[in-house]
Amino acid sequence: MTRLWAVFRKDLAIELRTKDALNTMLFFGVVVLVVFHFALRSGDVDPRAAAPGVLWVAFAFAGTLGLNRMFAVEKENGCLEGLMMMPADRGVLYLGKMLAGTVFMLAAEAVIFVASLVFFNLTVWGELPWLGLVFLLGTLGFTAVGTLLAAIAVNTRMREVLLPVILFPVILPVLIHAVEATALILGGAGPGELKLPVAVLAAFTVVFGTIAFLLFEHVLED
Amino acid sequence: MNKRTTARLDMVLWGVLGLAMIAALYLAFVDAPRERTMGDLQRIFYFHVAAAITGMTAFGVNFAAGVAYVARRDRKWDRLALAAAETGVVFFAIVLITGPIWAKPVWMVWWTWSPRLTLSLVLCLLYIAYLLIRRYIEDPDRRAMIAAVFGIVAFVDAPLVWFSIRWWRDIHPAPMLESGGIDPAMRPAFWACVASFELLLVYLLRRRCALESMREEMERLERLAG
Repeated sequence: MTRLWAVFRKDLAIELRTKDALNTMLFFGVVVLVVFHFALRSGDVDPRAAAPGVLWVAFAFAGTLGLNRMFAVEKENGCLEGLMMMPADRGVLYLGKMLAGTVFMLAAEAVIFVASLVFFNLTVWGELPWLGLVFLLGTLGFTAVGTLLAAIAVNTRMREVLLPVILFPVILPVLIHAVEATALILGGAGPGELKLPVAVLAAFTVVFGTIAFLLFEHVLED
Repeated sequence: MNKRTTARLDMVLWGVLGLAMIAALYLAFVDAPRERTMGDLQRIFYFHVAAAITGMTAFGVNFAAGVAYVARRDRKWDRLALAAAETGVVFFAIVLITGPIWAKPVWMVWWTWSPRLTLSLVLCLLYIAYLLIRRYIEDPDRRAMIAAVFGIVAFVDAPLVWFSIRWWRDIHPAPMLESGGIDPAMRPAFWACVASFELLLVYLLRRRCALESMREEMERLERLAG
């Protein structure tokens, strides 16, 4: 547990010192919102219908950047070898990285979300707790499998370029349910209707978290 | 098994496969009755569904071989996994090409995002990603291990994709076999197609594994010489 905390704090400390990944994620997320505004010609569509999809695409793109960065940093300075010497199960390394990735993504999502409220002219005070829950679960699902696949991508000749290609098909169930749940909340649905997507997101996180926890050591270079 | 036995087995397999395919073509195009509303167009169903079943078999083989590789670290499982992923993608390409040809006249659209269609497409994408990963890792042992891990993730993902889209209604014809909706006169054609495609899969897997093992042997010799 202390080791898990150490990996988590290490990633957080690196990020807080440089803020490289976070700044890029925020900026890119907002750029995606702007691009989508014109791609969808948002003047014509109902913002509450368009916002969930646009938001989650922005989150996913920003998350991909963040996960890539998290492993590229380790690769550049040969830190991964050092981390692998840590006297602990490699799965702990996975969990630490996954939690750090989740925190970065949630931080970026908060800013992107506020920007989207402005761009889409939304007012959501009452819906905030539910939105927060869906963002948290969706992000956990994303990083559960994303951390494993980022470790895979960074070890290939294509490096970071490969991550979106291998991650997005796998992450599809998370995107589907996160978008649906967000749309339900913005559409004024009650908590009862959220049971299914919330359960699926949680199940996805548990299933892929377990697989990644077990297999993570095999994708790291020995 | 020595080399000569293997070669003989391949020849026998090849012969049986040829006969089975001719039989399947005859049954599907001549013997099976014409469907009442769709006419001859329905005959594409025999190949479409058989390809889908065989493609799923191939991805199942990929998953099993991946698990076996992680457990045993024997390269023969990696060769089988590679062969299965490649042939699976080819079979699903057949599914994705024959599907729209049938759907356009019957549903009036080429494509719809129903669970079965989306799953076929996503499976194709997942295993193309699998092949991409393999291409960009030089070290054979690392490639085998990482590919096995991704293969496991992809296969576990498939049912989740399926149920995620199931949430919305499905216009795809329900599996005829479960509901018993397929006319008995059409069954021989259907099962002949499934059997010959599965045989083709076995044959392709064997040939592809043999090819890969030769390629690995050549790489090893090149390294020794260089």
